[in-house]
Amino acid sequence: MNDKLTPKDFATSQEVRWCPGCGDYAILKSVQKALADVGADPANTAFVSGIGCASRFPYYVETYGFHTIHGRAPAIATGLKLANPDLDVWVVTGDGDSLSIGGNHLMHALRRNVGLKILLFNNEIYGLTKGQYSPTSRVGTKSPSSPKGSVDTPVSPGQVALGCGAHFFARGVDTDKVGMSDVLQQAHAFVGTSFIEIFQNCIVYNEDVFANFTERKTAANTQLHVKHGEPMLFGENNGKGIRFNQETWSLEVIDATASPDDVLVHDEANAIVARMLIDLHMPVAMGVIYRQPAVSFEHTFYAHHPTRMQRTKSIADFIKGPSSWTVE
Amino acid sequence: MGSQFAVSTALAGADFATFPDYPAEIRAPVGTTFGVSAYQINLGVGPITTPGDAPEVLVAFNPAALKVSLPMLDKGALVIVNNDTFTARNLAKVGYDNDPREDGTLNDYQVVMADISHLNLEAVKEFGLSKSEGGRCKNFYALGMLLWMFDRELTPIEAWIQRRLAGTPTMRDANIKALHAGHAFAETAELSANLSQIDLPQAEMEPGEYRSITGAEALALGLAAAGELADRSVMFCSYPITPASPLLHRLTQLAEMGVGTFQAEDEIAAICAAIGASYGGMIGVTSSSGPGIALKTEAMGLAVSAELPLVIVNWQRGGPSTGLPTKTEQSDLYQAVYGRNGDTPIPVLSASTSGECFNMAIEATRIALRHMTPVILLADGYLSNAAEPWRIPDLSTIEPIAVNPVPDTDESPQRRAFTRDSKSHGRAWVTPGMPDLMHRIGGLEKDIESGHISYDPANHQRMTTLRAAKVDAVADFIGDQAIEQGPDSGDLVVVGWGSTYGPIYQATRRTGVSFVHLRHLNPLPRNLGEILGRFDKVLVPEMNDGQLTTLLRDALCLEPVPFGKVTGQPFLIRELVDKIEAVRGEAS
Repeated sequence: MNDKLTPKDFATSQEVRWCPGCGDYAILKSVQKALADVGADPANTAFVSGIGCASRFPYYVETYGFHTIHGRAPAIATGLKLANPDLDVWVVTGDGDSLSIGGNHLMHALRRNVGLKILLFNNEIYGLTKGQYSPTSRVGTKSPSSPKGSVDTPVSPGQVALGCGAHFFARGVDTDKVGMSDVLQQAHAFVGTSFIEIFQNCIVYNEDVFANFTERKTAANTQLHVKHGEPMLFGENNGKGIRFNQETWSLEVIDATASPDDVLVHDEANAIVARMLIDLHMPVAMGVIYRQPAVSFEHTFYAHHPTRMQRTKSIADFIKGPSSWTVE
Repeated sequence: MGSQFAVSTALAGADFATFPDYPAEIRAPVGTTFGVSAYQINLGVGPITTPGDAPEVLVAFNPAALKVSLPMLDKGALVIVNNDTFTARNLAKVGYDNDPREDGTLNDYQVVMADISHLNLEAVKEFGLSKSEGGRCKNFYALGMLLWMFDRELTPIEAWIQRRLAGTPTMRDANIKALHAGHAFAETAELSANLSQIDLPQAEMEPGEYRSITGAEALALGLAAAGELADRSVMFCSYPITPASPLLHRLTQLAEMGVGTFQAEDEIAAICAAIGASYGGMIGVTSSSGPGIALKTEAMGLAVSAELPLVIVNWQRGGPSTGLPTKTEQSDLYQAVYGRNGDTPIPVLSASTSGECFNMAIEATRIALRHMTPVILLADGYLSNAAEPWRIPDLSTIEPIAVNPVPDTDESPQRRAFTRDSKSHGRAWVTPGMPDLMHRIGGLEKDIESGHISYDPANHQRMTTLRAAKVDAVADFIGDQAIEQGPDSGDLVVVGWGSTYGPIYQATRRTGVSFVHLRHLNPLPRNLGEILGRFDKVLVPEMNDGQLTTLLRDALCLEPVPFGKVTGQPFLIRELVDKIEAVRGEAS
């Protein structure tokens, strides 16, 4: 075995070509660090992406990489995983790539639980095509294609994921190294599709769209970092907590020091609470919001294949068919 | 019982024979007594002329009918099975130990299963008939299905029922309803029948061991064989579509040959998963029909750009749009040869007969791996289901398929992955998991040397030229075009491709004109222009509006005489003979 690799070992010789200040830089660093931390084998790791700013990612990671076509990365990654289930396969995608043009493939990767780590860089805008509103843009987003403000209701990546039968949904903020490191490592360890929504700041076309909860100074009060088995606390000195209001069937913020027993303990296997956490607007839930272990698609595919994709018979065994005859 | 026999006997009589151009022949059971409810109609459907008078269609209303009548059929015949009667009790009654629908008994036949009793009773419910009266209508329900499948008019049959059952208006109307319901069922279920149109006379069959085979079976076996020849697993990724699905079904039976099948969420996902599998080192294969192939187009370009092997099978059907799902056409030739964004050449092959689907699947895979390119194999709806006698090939004579090796140099992995063979221009097949060869591929233009992204104008020019040269280089490996039959030169040569092989073969044999049949459509064989140049006229019959004609004009500067037929029906030998004689008349 090689000496332990460092994040730098996962950087390629290619010049990184995102806009200066783009949130993608921080995500790239976090991923390179996570690969080093989990001891990933570069030869056994592949990054597959679609089209968009985020999808340039594979060029910058010193592993195998495939920059494919718009929206189709999950489908290509599924084929790759079927061909070589031992590979560590990551999919890098954006909100347009995965939730607009590629929505169908995301849906089916999630419900099949293919062994992929899907990183959704959500910046609520189309960056590469110069700033049109995206499927996650809020109503009223002014853009070159919606000068008077967009009218479409945005889609919620987390709700889509759970609705499709996802088994792992987590969230992180591009510049939050600690949070990202944790989420990426947990995603890596998960068997099946781990789907991570990363709030990514597009400095050119949608700057600070997440600033109300990503600002470092106020993050303690605006982000709720959930951990399985631990109470949902946030705020300075963890003074606030989340309670389940049984009358309104909703989550609400309470004073955690006044009524600590009322604070909800995070159960990551609870899909109903996960859906509430996804919809929580303030604070915004981060970390592993939902995890329900399951068998991966490739495992089942091989287990059900009569010979686990091995050739145990020759064409000579089949070519004569059920019956044959001889012409003299 | 008596009246049921009466109906069938009457159908076999003169009334039926007077239906214009109606080729069906319906016979009463031959000297057999069936159980209480047993009843059978055999329909022999022409224009097929098979040795002996074997019916080509059997409607088995129950296990007894199947047991008795199956031995009368030739292999490849169409068997319609009424599921409702295949109960354990009925099976036991006629001595079937296992369900013949599942134990391989029907392997040699085209089988359509339907809950005919049940569906028929539902259809005639409104007439308030007794169960036995209603049940009798099922004959016409089944006939309605056949009329759809063989593309025949309902009207003459309806008129016959009107006359025959004029005295019993309720039965008349119920039978007409059943006829229409069966017809509608077959249409909705996209049932089609593709019986062999041409049987070569026994005398012409080369000595050897034969079996019956459909195009779907042969193509499945060919893909599996290609995997063995290349010592790679085959990953077949597809989305169900008429008439391509039989290949998917057949491949699921070949798992023990290292064949995997993945039913994707859509056509695009199917080709993308196949590309992913090829990227991962398996032979990625996808298959569809015209509308699905259209959806796969962008991904084909990705495989071209990334220089990955891929086999794309198109079981052509009538278009445009949804068109005629169960009818055969050859109208996707433009789509295959020209139909992509950018300068994106792809080798195109076609299979002429059901058996030839085996060879062409191997050939497609061989080209894909040698040149590291997607390859389109054109088949059609007719070949998919049509069974024919096939001489089982000597497997030892088939060359193994070589996989391009990774160059043993100390250059960068990116460069090594894009090191190309000087003759085929195929690159090395470097796949994730190989140590120390990490590199990046994609749909962006890349530098011809280093394999890194490149927007350099001169490089794009060179890469475009390279991609064209690569496909052109296929012609260096495929050998010369042969003349199928007839003289080497003369006043007329008929050029065909695909499943029209049979009728053109017969028509040119009868008229003594020369016949050239193409298996490689892009690139064309190197000597094709020289061969065709020896003839005064080139006649191109094809089941489209003149697509090969355009291709020959484009590639060889010829001016062929087009002869297109797009009725959904195969060419008749007589039509071809007439056309050949007409063209010859003009020539002289």
